[in-house]
Amino acid sequence: MSTPQYSLIGTRPPRHDGADKVTGRALYGADLKMSGLLHGSILRSPHAHARILSIDTSKAAAHPDCRGIVTAADFPATPERIVDLGEGETPLSYIRGNMLASGKVLYEGHAVAAVAATSAQAAAEIAKLIEMKYEPLPCVLTAPAAMAPGAPLLHPDLRCKEFGQPTTAPSNVADHFRQVMGNSEEGFAQADIVIEREFTTSTVHQGYIEPHTATALWNNDGRLLIWCATQGSFVVRDSVACMLDLPVSRVRVTPMEIGGGFGGKVPVYVEPVAALLSQKTGHPVKITMTRREVLEGSGPTPGSFIRVKIGAKKDGTLVAAQAYLAYEAGAYPGAMVSPAATCVFAAYDIPNQTIDGYDVVVNKPSTAPYRAPGATNAAFATETVLDEIAETLKLDPLDLRIRNAAKEGTRRADGAKFRRIGCLEVLETMKAHPHYSAPLGEPSHAAAQRGRGVAVGFWMNAGLPSSCTLNVHADGSVGLIEGSTDIGGSRTSIAMQAAEVLGLQSEDMRPSVVDTDTIGYTGVTGGSRTTFATGWAAHDAAQDVVRQMKERAARLWQVEEVQFANGVFTGGEHKLTFKQLAARVGEIGAPVVGRASVNPRGAGGSFAGVIVDVEVDMETGKTSIIRFTSVQDAGKAIHPSYVEGQMQGGSVQGIGWALNEEYFMSAEGRMMNASFLDYRMPTALDVPMIDTAIVEVPNPVHPYGVRGVGEANIVAPPAAIANAIHAATGHRMRHLPMNPPSVMAAILRG
Amino acid sequence: MKKVHVQLTLNGEPAEFLAEPRQTLLECLRDNLNLTGTKEGCGDGNCGSCSVLLDGQLVTSCLVLGVETDGLRVDTVEGIAKGSTLHPIQKAFIDNAALQCGICTPGFLMATKSLLEHNPNPTEPEIRLWLANNLCRCTGYDKIVRAVMIAAAEMQESAQ
Ligand code: FES
Ligand code: FES
Repeated sequence: MSTPQYSLIGTRPPRHDGADKVTGRALYGADLKMSGLLHGSILRSPHAHARILSIDTSKAAAHPDCRGIVTAADFPATPERIVDLGEGETPLSYIRGNMLASGKVLYEGHAVAAVAATSAQAAAEIAKLIEMKYEPLPCVLTAPAAMAPGAPLLHPDLRCKEFGQPTTAPSNVADHFRQVMGNSEEGFAQADIVIEREFTTSTVHQGYIEPHTATALWNNDGRLLIWCATQGSFVVRDSVACMLDLPVSRVRVTPMEIGGGFGGKVPVYVEPVAALLSQKTGHPVKITMTRREVLEGSGPTPGSFIRVKIGAKKDGTLVAAQAYLAYEAGAYPGAMVSPAATCVFAAYDIPNQTIDGYDVVVNKPSTAPYRAPGATNAAFATETVLDEIAETLKLDPLDLRIRNAAKEGTRRADGAKFRRIGCLEVLETMKAHPHYSAPLGEPSHAAAQRGRGVAVGFWMNAGLPSSCTLNVHADGSVGLIEGSTDIGGSRTSIAMQAAEVLGLQSEDMRPSVVDTDTIGYTGVTGGSRTTFATGWAAHDAAQDVVRQMKERAARLWQVEEVQFANGVFTGGEHKLTFKQLAARVGEIGAPVVGRASVNPRGAGGSFAGVIVDVEVDMETGKTSIIRFTSVQDAGKAIHPSYVEGQMQGGSVQGIGWALNEEYFMSAEGRMMNASFLDYRMPTALDVPMIDTAIVEVPNPVHPYGVRGVGEANIVAPPAAIANAIHAATGHRMRHLPMNPPSVMAAILRG
Repeated sequence: MKKVHVQLTLNGEPAEFLAEPRQTLLECLRDNLNLTGTKEGCGDGNCGSCSVLLDGQLVTSCLVLGVETDGLRVDTVEGIAKGSTLHPIQKAFIDNAALQCGICTPGFLMATKSLLEHNPNPTEPEIRLWLANNLCRCTGYDKIVRAVMIAAAEMQESAQ
């Protein structure tokens, strides 16, 4: 197959929202002003687990600046039912319960009531006047503790689904599933070497810089209007409508510019609460979280307990693998352990596999996706065990991986068979990369030691529906209407995919992200799907434009056939560029409006690998990243700068996860580091330049071959860094984060 | 509490506002003066997205009280461009993809402006040290650091 030639795809035009974002003009959720605007503040639980005995709002209500107070009792009285908002079947009471607790609080930071007042400051002060009476209950904070017999139960009505079947005993395990392929016990019997290890990883947060914010107006015509920071306006619409018992047609959601999400702004938190306050007060109400609220009251990503066992032949052929994955869901079920199971061995062709997954509730915030959710924890286990196998068999760690790399046709334990994938190409690119053979360099001081590590990660990516409308203007520019929140330049990557079809430049396009009334259903900006799926819709909408333009040209020229190539329409001896024809559409017929919607099944996953050099200070246990190379299969890089940006951003989040970040919990379940001072994310000083190598193995299902690149890049870094620490120190790290105390402990253990 | 009348030079022009004594400069800029370009990421001095220049000094405006700025110069992201022409730092950020979500960008622009005023030709470690007060969660800093180097080179060239 020859590589298609593009004129615009693969170039780096400036983004359409660039000027707005460097001048401070871009409007984010918190920037919204509105006449009559009130400000809301949420009162949160100081206990990790407690029964709510009473809520007395009388003192707060008497405050002169108080305009309204809501609690869980203000949700409409609807009978309990099971709902599915795209994250699986969940009782309505769980979904509402995470917005405003009823009966019990299940984590420190759990919302119990909210106040609307004339200023944010006043609202926060009035909220403190609400008198809460709690009966504290014992809490459980890790998956193993919550699974132990006799553990305190979070939900007395929760029953484990065991292999898809309901069980009868109350439990903190919401789901236990098993994926089996071949026979792992027989596989291990054939192996020359079997290594089994246990791993733990701490709860971490996505760490987006913009706190959650939403403004709601329960309008006098009965419509509920919401402006918010979200990765998916339609998800907000559907969730809020469900929780407030409204038809979706009553709710309109306008996505504002968004200050990062990484999965954490898929769920709603403040939107329904602001809506209830607006209903109560008759005013628009804005709620913006503080940073502390973001850390304690939004959705971090699961901590986990993992056991991985892998068997190999002497030559390095992998014959069997087992994984035990127990993930902390937080307060409500949904720990994203099923994607973890999909990814844990996905990079390899291993004939015999058994994978057990446990979704376990604990007294921590209800977890949310974070960039390849579940996969990073799992890869930390798999990729360090493989490193140990390579070491034992005296094989190059990349050669071991290349020998076993998943390819087109390789089957995973979940039953899926890979289409064309770029696992091998990523590994071979790593092997050939100058970084892999470069000398490590001299340590910076006598007590420092250096080492190099590698690892690879996989994320399957999502499809989901996307819609796009194109309006052709008389000057040949094209308005592009879409519904995908733009978190990192996706307006431009999407517009380029339409412009390529139309033979236009990126700057001829006028992309806008609009509200849920104005565009067809569009799934979240998540699952690395936006450039893939909304870009696909833009491509198809552009083809619709070309079809209509050809028809206009045929009418203008009175010819049967019109061709379109390289931005020029031809028919008989007639010829007009796209822009020339656009100028004449008005005299020929109706305006040209192109439309398309897509709902791709199966997105074509992406593999990403890391080569990293570290220096470990043997006297303090501090690990410094000396050199870092990220390699990822993008299918086709529409805008290479934004692909590199995803790789670099994911890499540095992975570095933070590897070395520093964790929810530091007291025994009572209080988060001891709920600020950016103590929840320490990497700064510019903590990391080197992040080199990137984009691999392009076209995705056969996409018109340009795109594979989403937003996520797979975070999967390998913690494992690669652990392997590098081992190379530097001789010690295997099996807990995240690998902060100075834990590295020092390993060094001292000897 | 009674509000205090504050007069200052804001982005080069005289301005005034009424501030509650407890209000931070960040709140005064965003809520009282309607300049929402300066962003709040943490409210406690740890993210740098609210960075502004106070009499030429880089500060986090969430840790300054509005009333403290009486008689002083305050420069925010809204004042970086010269009329309709972007500043070379702004241009370098756009051209080199130094922003993804853009919420940290106003703070990084102010920090960069301050850095290049102090040190027109910074090395990579100097840039990383100076920018270590500003958190960016999207970019991994690579393209930001490069954009700062490119802006510095450009500004030096045009100064000659
Ligand atoms: S908001 Fe001021 S430093 Fe974060
Ligand atoms: S661009 Fe998003 S935080 Fe920096």
